[in-house]
Amino acid sequence: MSVTREHSAAPARVRLRRPTTRPVRQEPGGVRRRRGAGAWPYLLAAPTVLGMLYLLVYPLARAVLISLQDFQLRQLIRGNAEFVGLRNYETLLTDERFWQVVRRTFLFMAVNVVLIMLLATLVALLIERLGRRWRLALLSALVLAWAMPVIAATTVFQWLFHSEFGIVNWSLKHLGFSSFDRYPWFAHGPAAFTILVLLIVWQSVPFAAITLYSALTTVPSELYESARIDGASGGRIFRSVTFPMIRPIFMLVFSLEVIWTFKAFVQIWVMTNGGPGDATTILPVYAVQTALSSQRYDLGSAASMVSVLLMAAVLVLYFRQMFRQEGEAL
Amino acid sequence: MSTARLRLRRAPLHAAAVVTIVLCLFPVYWMITTAFKPNRDIQSASPQFLPHTWTLEHFRTAVDADGFALFWRNSILVTLSAVLLALIVALGASFAVARMRWRGRRQFMLLVFVAQMAPWEALIIPVYIISRDTGMLDRLPTLTLVYFMMTLPFTIVVLRGFIAAIPQELEEAAQVDGCTRMRAFRHITFPLLAPGLMATSLFGYVTAWNEFAYANFLIIKHQDSRTLPVWLSSFQNVFGTDWGATMAASTLFALPALVVFLLLQRHVTSGFAAGAVKG
Repeated sequence: MSVTREHSAAPARVRLRRPTTRPVRQEPGGVRRRRGAGAWPYLLAAPTVLGMLYLLVYPLARAVLISLQDFQLRQLIRGNAEFVGLRNYETLLTDERFWQVVRRTFLFMAVNVVLIMLLATLVALLIERLGRRWRLALLSALVLAWAMPVIAATTVFQWLFHSEFGIVNWSLKHLGFSSFDRYPWFAHGPAAFTILVLLIVWQSVPFAAITLYSALTTVPSELYESARIDGASGGRIFRSVTFPMIRPIFMLVFSLEVIWTFKAFVQIWVMTNGGPGDATTILPVYAVQTALSSQRYDLGSAASMVSVLLMAAVLVLYFRQMFRQEGEAL
Repeated sequence: MSTARLRLRRAPLHAAAVVTIVLCLFPVYWMITTAFKPNRDIQSASPQFLPHTWTLEHFRTAVDADGFALFWRNSILVTLSAVLLALIVALGASFAVARMRWRGRRQFMLLVFVAQMAPWEALIIPVYIISRDTGMLDRLPTLTLVYFMMTLPFTIVVLRGFIAAIPQELEEAAQVDGCTRMRAFRHITFPLLAPGLMATSLFGYVTAWNEFAYANFLIIKHQDSRTLPVWLSSFQNVFGTDWGATMAASTLFALPALVVFLLLQRHVTSGFAAGAVKG
């Protein structure tokens, strides 16, 4: 079970190589042209396009429409919802609770992403410096943590932080923090928030670290040597040599992690349901609560559309970075 | 002497590695050991890091729980059909992208990349309403369709890479020898593609196997159509404070995913799943 670059699967090459080293793409043009004729490619691509239209574009359009309608339980059952323009957005944007949720979403995102990127970079640098056996052990541990299903991990964390028999409270108590004796983590807002951050970070670091590590392996070692000969310190080498080289992948992982903050919906829903109070309610949770629990489908859709807009802003960053990476592969 | 010094110099490095490994593995380890401990050890004042006595009682409780077999079957059914569907559709699309030249190819790939980042968390409400309007609520095919779309973009991206890596000359040689294009693909490219198909489908399988949000909100009244993740999330409501049984259920649920990832570790660690599968 080797983890060296030579053994990597084909797609990894597509993702990580620079555009200049892409032998697969350089077939003679004549062959290509001969194969281009006919309706075949369109027939082959049609099911994908149809699927996207019905399962992505249509729901998105429907969400936009609902967010512009007066759509509550009555309209859900009877139909013929009334068009009300931007009234739902007005209601949302003048609601102090909504703004609290938005602020909390950004806080949650910032704390998670900063911690994830920092720890992942450190772990990636660590893997690179380890010998073969240690590296394999560490990578296996990361893969196992990564493979842990979200629901299973969420359940386990609830058990770890259990107030009475949880191992965390026991450890903290024995380390001298007697205030953690039977501390009910899920009854206090900041504590519940902390557990969710720990859970998300624990689940996200493996992917980020492994991806950053595979970016690190593409940095030519001559660069390090010449930097060392020039007398650069370790920190200086990282800033001037390593980081600029892995910057594209770093930015990709960064924007993915920002977008994936919204996936924390599942952990939050299962663990705290947004509570206690509102302490762990971020935008997607707020949207679903408003729509499916309070039957305000219109307001919930409007809140969803706000989060889509937020995500779209990050997505632009992600795609710009990706096209620089593999623009030619398209 | 110099090796001793080297070892000393690398000690902090190895210490950091040990800490990272422990932090990564402990929750998984704790889940599995709790599942095997008898209740009095689980609820003791000082936890046992290595279980003294082992028991299978919790696994029995979990497996005997109401509907466990049914939800297991549902999960398998939904995931397998979603992955199979995605594989078939993706095979066509990625072949068209990797091997043919056509107007709109770039735009199509762009669409696939955008679909890969689809904001599924924000689409729960409209999908719920659409399913309700079309009478698809509480039905497994609805989940199959959603999971199909969740795994499709990733499958296309990865398969495109695999197909592009197979030399086109092989196919052409077969065609020169009188094979039709379909035959050339079936007998030359497809066998070479099999490992790629395998790996891709396993990742799709894990994604669909773990999905919770849609399974939770699209299956409401008809409890017999629930899937494992939803069952597990409500396990505590069923079993109250039986943490041994809860951990046993978590272990049973997590096992397939853990095995798949360990089997595919080589692919995983080479950035194979970048941007597609997460936990």
